[in-house]
Amino acid sequence: MKEAVQSIATTVDFNRIRSRDFPILEREVNGKPLVYLDNAASSQMPRQVADRLDRYHRMEHANVHRGIHTLSQEATDAYEATREKVKTFINAGSTDEIIYTTGTTDSINLVANSFGRLKFGKDDEIILSQMEHHANIVPWQMIAEQTGAVIKVIPVTDRGDIDMQAYKELLSDKTKLVAVVHVSNALGTVNPVREITEMARQHGAAVLIDGAQAVPHQTVDVQEIDCDFYAFSAHKMCGPTGFGILYGKKEHLDAMPPYRGGGDMIDKVTFEKTTYNIAPFKFEAGTPPIAAGIGLGAAIDYLQEIGMDQIALREQQVVDYALSKIRDINGIRLFGEPEKRASAIAFVFDQIHAHDVGTILDKQGVAVRTGHHCAQPILERFGESATTRASFSFYNNEEDADRLVEGLNYVKEFFQTD
Amino acid sequence: MLYFLSYRTMDIHEKQERIIKEFKVLGDWQERYKHIIKLGQKLDPLEEKHKKDENLVRGCQSQVWLIAELQDGKVVFKADSDAAITKGLVALMVRFYSGEDPDTIIVTKPEFIERIGMQEHLSPTRSNGLVSMVKQMKIYAMVYKSKLQQQAS
Repeated sequence: MKEAVQSIATTVDFNRIRSRDFPILEREVNGKPLVYLDNAASSQMPRQVADRLDRYHRMEHANVHRGIHTLSQEATDAYEATREKVKTFINAGSTDEIIYTTGTTDSINLVANSFGRLKFGKDDEIILSQMEHHANIVPWQMIAEQTGAVIKVIPVTDRGDIDMQAYKELLSDKTKLVAVVHVSNALGTVNPVREITEMARQHGAAVLIDGAQAVPHQTVDVQEIDCDFYAFSAHKMCGPTGFGILYGKKEHLDAMPPYRGGGDMIDKVTFEKTTYNIAPFKFEAGTPPIAAGIGLGAAIDYLQEIGMDQIALREQQVVDYALSKIRDINGIRLFGEPEKRASAIAFVFDQIHAHDVGTILDKQGVAVRTGHHCAQPILERFGESATTRASFSFYNNEEDADRLVEGLNYVKEFFQTD
Repeated sequence: MLYFLSYRTMDIHEKQERIIKEFKVLGDWQERYKHIIKLGQKLDPLEEKHKKDENLVRGCQSQVWLIAELQDGKVVFKADSDAAITKGLVALMVRFYSGEDPDTIIVTKPEFIERIGMQEHLSPTRSNGLVSMVKQMKIYAMVYKSKLQQQAS
């Protein structure tokens, strides 16, 4: 089995992709060749996507959904083509189920404010996990406060997995929504979202999956997961910042009220009464980030050209390699040893603060993230205030992992902890 | 004149020059950072009872605690951090501003940071909190200034 995996993974020349498409990775930082391991915060943009954005700005720009003129129609076609690409990419049932947002945070806020306001009442329960990003905590707290709903939290095991038994016990007929992360940005855990969704279904609860860290790294099939909502961001998957997606099942979207008013989302406006456009447009008020939307389309084309299964295999190779090397470093503890891990590895030194680790790594040209990763509850769960996180993408290679490990050994030497 | 200088404490500008001189002999970034870390290690430890949330400087990735008191019209700062490099920078700031009168603290910028090659830590968008710490020190100075004015009137 393992051999078969290896041979599949070699069908794409990832080092060639890296040097051809990512000039930023040829850069030097602090006099050293850059090693970019902060992909969970934002991935780098390949030349193909940057070129597409450039062409749009130079030759194709006009406002969308409005004009009678050719340029506007061309821009609209290009912008709307992304909806079709996203639909195929995550296997949604229809383009009507693909809502453009400004990112994962915006997508979750939309569901909280629209679906939440519609469905939540006093003492209804929202179930979140302990490993959620603040973006999948705070919007629910805000809407819970307004509606009288109550938030229940699924604990995380010592290894960093969702405690499925505890989850089962939390579910009840009071549960209106379960909102869980697909891949944890703080632990790297890949959660069994299909199973989580199925269990929620038995109690008639809806499910939102925060897919920000999953979509860039593996094939995601929303119909297979069977979730009601799925949220992700363009800039973590080789696309531009300021753009994201909310997938929602049509039955929900049709029933949900718009939560922002403005142009483009209306059917007919009079001062007495306004009727709204249909989904997805009723959720998309005002002039959108058109270039970013077109850019996401180009990013999806790019990723599909390589193949998400190839990307997943390649990342697994490099992450496994890095993990084995990091485990060998004395005085380092992995933050999270989940059953299944995607591209992020977080760790702490017993004697050195994450901020010091990050500063000295940066001096060596190695970019990582340090801090609480906008997931304070899970750090608190493990008694940490900050971790260092290296997060990989398909363009990272074993040499990057070696440079990271070399850097970490130098950090130890620098602070003389041995 | 020299005689006179040696018999009074250094003013803030002299402190600044002294710090710059101290770093001038250090070569590469490693030496400078190691010196910073050593300064942190030598910083008078802040008593545990002061390491509470209300003394935390906001906006830091690492935790920085800062307290201040007024002694004979001068503001005396004490601080600590859980990260070594930040603690060293904190130690420098305490050395620079502590013992000065409120007006001096309010108007004097920590220009030495740039001269010793640590300017990246004073970028307003950097989340290590040094900027927030300087801001907090100045807020303390402003509070003590108005207190002193009230006492005088």
